[in-house]
Amino acid sequence: MPTELSYREALNQAMREEMRRDPRVFLIGEEVGYYQGAFKVSKGFVEEFGPQRVLDTPITEAGFTGLAIGAAMAGLRPIVELMTFNFGILALDQIVNNAAKIRYMSGGQLSVPMVIRGPGSAAHQLAAQHSQSLEAWFCHVPGLKVIAPATPHDAKGLLKSAIRDPNPVIFIEAQLLYGTKGEVGDGEYTIPIGRAEVKRRGQDVTIVAYSKMLLVALEAAEELSKEGLQAEVIDPRTLKPLDLTAIVESVKKTGRLVIVEEGWRFCGLGAQIADSVYAAAFDYLDAPIVRVTGEDVPMPYSRPLEDAAIPDKARVMGAVKRVTYRG
Amino acid sequence: MDRADLLSLYRQMLVIRRFEEKSAEMYALAKIAGFLHLYIGEEAIAVGAIAAIRPDDYVISAYRDHGHCLARGSDPRKVMAELFGKATGLCKGKGGSMHLVDVERRFMGGYAIVGGHIPLATGLAFAANYQKLDQVVLCFFGEGAVPSGHAHEAFNLAALWKLPVIFICENNRYGMGTPMQRAIALYSDVAETARSYGIMAERVDGMDVLAVRALMQKVVEQVRAGQGPFFVEAMTYRFMGHSMADPAHGHYRTKEEVEEYRKRDPLLLLKETIVTNRLGTEADFKALEREVYDIVDAAVRFAEESPFPEPRELYTDVMVEE
Repeated sequence: MPTELSYREALNQAMREEMRRDPRVFLIGEEVGYYQGAFKVSKGFVEEFGPQRVLDTPITEAGFTGLAIGAAMAGLRPIVELMTFNFGILALDQIVNNAAKIRYMSGGQLSVPMVIRGPGSAAHQLAAQHSQSLEAWFCHVPGLKVIAPATPHDAKGLLKSAIRDPNPVIFIEAQLLYGTKGEVGDGEYTIPIGRAEVKRRGQDVTIVAYSKMLLVALEAAEELSKEGLQAEVIDPRTLKPLDLTAIVESVKKTGRLVIVEEGWRFCGLGAQIADSVYAAAFDYLDAPIVRVTGEDVPMPYSRPLEDAAIPDKARVMGAVKRVTYRG
Repeated sequence: MDRADLLSLYRQMLVIRRFEEKSAEMYALAKIAGFLHLYIGEEAIAVGAIAAIRPDDYVISAYRDHGHCLARGSDPRKVMAELFGKATGLCKGKGGSMHLVDVERRFMGGYAIVGGHIPLATGLAFAANYQKLDQVVLCFFGEGAVPSGHAHEAFNLAALWKLPVIFICENNRYGMGTPMQRAIALYSDVAETARSYGIMAERVDGMDVLAVRALMQKVVEQVRAGQGPFFVEAMTYRFMGHSMADPAHGHYRTKEEVEEYRKRDPLLLLKETIVTNRLGTEADFKALEREVYDIVDAAVRFAEESPFPEPRELYTDVMVEE
């Protein structure tokens, strides 16, 4: 019997199960211990695992991320919680120059089995420095895997896979998803990294959307179905490696593609997906691919401006109508 | 004083010295490319410090890493092959001069972002504590790394969590071409930076291998016993430029200054000690020279004769394949 869990609880379960299973796994980050996580993802952890495995850090992302990388090089399996991925920018040198490259530079002698996780993208009115979708930055770097689950079920299964993965994995949780609920399979299960899932079947158009934007895309698809348009919605779930086969298969069926992402348009992830689909399935396309993205501006504070900067249901519906020549 | 012991220290420094002189030569012949940062003049620190640890302890370094790697016992042939970019190099030719790694000897690498490896060192030390092992970590860096944020964040964590890491600051007085007086607020006592985090610190003559080793033996014992991190400021001087792009004394310092420091060449100092104490003769040193010449010569031959990596190696080692 699957249980209804919040995204936050699903992540908590995944980490808890993995920490019980493998003593090498530990959690490190700001407020993860006694405060139980800024977003309460590590609720109850310090009681169960003790402060030696649930480590509160000073507010120094480069230092504690680097420490975790060193620990991973010595065979441990750290989970670094970034209070938000916005602060991950402070650790970017450690992530890009060390975590991602150590295996290659050492000719395969070293590996960095670790997860760097935490909330990303915009919440409500947090303004420019706390509302960024930076997944494209990490996807750009060879040596990293990047995961951005949208549902509690996927969050649990993928986080468990990420913790067991022998490589550095960037695991981005959209802040606004923590409270969302969904059915989570009971007990032990994992979801393989690199496998997309069709979240809604349809034959008229393919929508690719991940993380928080999956929910927006699904809402748009429901609304469109009332107008007689059946959208197939695919969640890549893992952004790198990307399950291009699943996307291309769907596009071959529908002939039309809309890509939705919250991140900035210029050099965004959607550009990569579009390029890959053009290369693999150009002859199957009945219309140019349309991208729905965040606006290329720092996130404003004011609510109406913020709303205007982030893709919403109406924009996704508009894009679908454009590729189906119904608008 | 033990003759064999002193001659062995001398020999290790000589291997590094001749190896690097040869690599400079190979660089001039374009057999070695990229950046090449020579350690000449600083050998006493790597040799003295590494002589004080166990094989299961960790060593991690920055981009001036040949000396640490060789002092840790890596095969000079594989090191030279790495500099040549050959498949037989320590890292299959993928790391090069700045990224030597020899995990078998717990030499966890050379890193080329100034200060960026100091948090990694604290992580290795964290792992030792976490696993309740009594390993220590030697983390080498130049004084130029001390003002970096990485260093400060790592010092703080190491002190906060009492991690068994020994920070060894090789103070050669210049961060690239900038003298420390123009880059470090506390240049007259760099170790004070560490003390401000509650880390015990001591300064040592980095030209005197015996002094370095003696201090390190004390420090290693203390750190291994769980007393938390230690910071060693080893005063030294690089006789060459920052890199081969700046091979002579450079325009940022005078010839006279370099000559002055060369009088305190670590090899010369130890040789004097050995000779003064009648523990070695010119014949002994000549024999050592011949032996080391052969080692370096063999390293170059090995590197020359080794193949370059296969093209498919471009794509291997990016990820651990499952």
